[in-house]
Amino acid sequence: MTRIASAPKTVTASIIFVLLHLAIGFAGFVAPYDPSAQNRDLPYAPPTRLHFVDASRHLHLRPFVYRWSARPDAFNEYEESREHEYPVHFFVSGEQYKVAGLFSSRTHLFGVGASAQIFLAGTDSYGRDQFSRILYGGQISLTAGVLATAISLCLGLAIGCFSGFYGRWVDESSMRLAELFLILPWLYLLLAVRAFLPLHITPTQTFFLVVAVIGAIGWARPARLVRGIVLSAKTQKYVTASRGFGASDAHILHRHILPHVYGVLLTQAALLVPQYVIAEVTLSFFGLGLGEPKPSWGNLLANLQQYSVLVSYWWMFAPALPLALISLGYLSIANAVHELQSASA
Amino acid sequence: MNYLMRRATHAMLLLIGASALCFLFSDLAPGSFFDEMKLNPQITPATVAVLRSQYGLDRPLPLRYVRWAKSVLQGEWGYSFAYNVPVRRLLSERAWNTLILTMTATALAWLIAVPLGMWAASHTDGRVDRFSRGATSFLLCVPELVLVLGLLCIAIRTHALPPGGMRSAGFEQFGLWAKLRDVAVHLVVPAGTLVLAGLPMLVRHVRASLVEVLKAPFMQAARGHGISQSRLRLRYALPAAAKPLISLFGLSVGTLLSGSLLVEVVTGWPGLGPLLLEAAMSRDLYVVVGVVLSSTIFMVAGNLLADFMLVAVDPRIRLG
Repeated sequence: MTRIASAPKTVTASIIFVLLHLAIGFAGFVAPYDPSAQNRDLPYAPPTRLHFVDASRHLHLRPFVYRWSARPDAFNEYEESREHEYPVHFFVSGEQYKVAGLFSSRTHLFGVGASAQIFLAGTDSYGRDQFSRILYGGQISLTAGVLATAISLCLGLAIGCFSGFYGRWVDESSMRLAELFLILPWLYLLLAVRAFLPLHITPTQTFFLVVAVIGAIGWARPARLVRGIVLSAKTQKYVTASRGFGASDAHILHRHILPHVYGVLLTQAALLVPQYVIAEVTLSFFGLGLGEPKPSWGNLLANLQQYSVLVSYWWMFAPALPLALISLGYLSIANAVHELQSASA
Repeated sequence: MNYLMRRATHAMLLLIGASALCFLFSDLAPGSFFDEMKLNPQITPATVAVLRSQYGLDRPLPLRYVRWAKSVLQGEWGYSFAYNVPVRRLLSERAWNTLILTMTATALAWLIAVPLGMWAASHTDGRVDRFSRGATSFLLCVPELVLVLGLLCIAIRTHALPPGGMRSAGFEQFGLWAKLRDVAVHLVVPAGTLVLAGLPMLVRHVRASLVEVLKAPFMQAARGHGISQSRLRLRYALPAAAKPLISLFGLSVGTLLSGSLLVEVVTGWPGLGPLLLEAAMSRDLYVVVGVVLSSTIFMVAGNLLADFMLVAVDPRIRLG
């Protein structure tokens, strides 16, 4: 335990992991703006620079920003207008948002005066703040990943237990089906299943549809793993003993077999979440997932499908960073859990 | 031989199962290609009904499946609603293009992974090992989508490589060498992405399985006989470590195909990926089924190839 907890890489990764989840979970508080608030006069504004030294070479302890003003001679290019400094304040009052959909608040983590804007990751074609959109989009992408994982694991657990415990034709048929699902390349399968589902539905319906499709396709791997564990646990002497005392199937499964399964499920969950987040991102990138104006990491990245955006506005790559960090966080947790298990086994 | 026969039968059954599964999904779905037509006031419901019956969409599912299976055997693979041609004609060229891309990527990835993994395994904690471990953990976290967009951006900004597609304008007039060169230049970004995305897993597995073998007693004995290091690694360690790697090869085909779909769409490589996306958008049923089936064929073929190689490498499978 101590060996793993002290591994600096795991600690760093866990800190990033927790911070990222907090930031995404409390997107309304951390994000300075509403994700759909537009600044039509500032399309594709680059990230705002934080300054400490002003034009007359005075050092400020509180960072400040300048306004972006459009350059008259060029299209969608900006320069800082230096005549006025706007200091960055913490816990400022801004637009109203809801925390967890329950109580509303106006306090934002940081912000600048109302006449200037702070865009930590630039703006998109409507002049919407990318940083805020990434945080709100994270809520959607991450929730999709976690929900889809839950679906996959529940299906995998149920089918795996059933086929491992009862064996015979149940086992035979469900494992053949699993083989089928494993052999089909997942993205092809995902697109094919999505192809047969309706395209024009409300965003909420789309969200749950996408989650259900992603989750339902991935049941095979966890089911196989669970089945293997159930098969080996079933032959243990304490199971036979318990049966001898007249225990029911449900009791044996619950008391003696499932405890073996949970560890594997945990590792699987940590591996599946980033994979499914990427699946959602891919679907939305292709325009088959959640669409505008709701932000998700996929449709934020989809801006890059336009040649001019890909070439000229590097900050449109920003959603890639949290996406990579999420993968990093979950993968290192999967590693840590795996090590813990092999250390205790 | 018995073993291979069994594997081949198994592969056939998988293909039949996969196609049946696709049909089942399509039947569960509400709506079809012709539903969009119903919205058009210029097309009467009677016309839509006639079209539906022409394509056999009004029959029950098992009948449709049998009809489709027959047309696969006749080499037509069903009919595309959107293009009004046999699906096979749409598929064959696209499938070749996907094959060119994925095979190049596979070959390159293994050519890099095996020497790198070998070097890392025989010099554990050396400079190369540390570098490759760092690079693989980094690459493992970067999604393919981001990789391909990044590479594409670099390619366009440096003007060194074409911005996508497979051939330049005027391709038909090129000589053979110029043609090959042209395709190769267009391959750099998509194949490069697939290689970068596939490498981490390969390098890790090559390294792990070689580290295991290098510790084995027979290696100690061989070393004791004074056999040279290079011969030791190539003739003794590599064949012994090959078995899990060959299985890995079979398994990695699926990931590679999925990755290639994404890369093809982004870079405009005219493979199966863009076709599937387009067909998915317009709900062109038989094209979707055809593309999924061809990808499954690739996958199954990859696994069969792995089985063949296993038989060649491991006498226990051959004789037992």
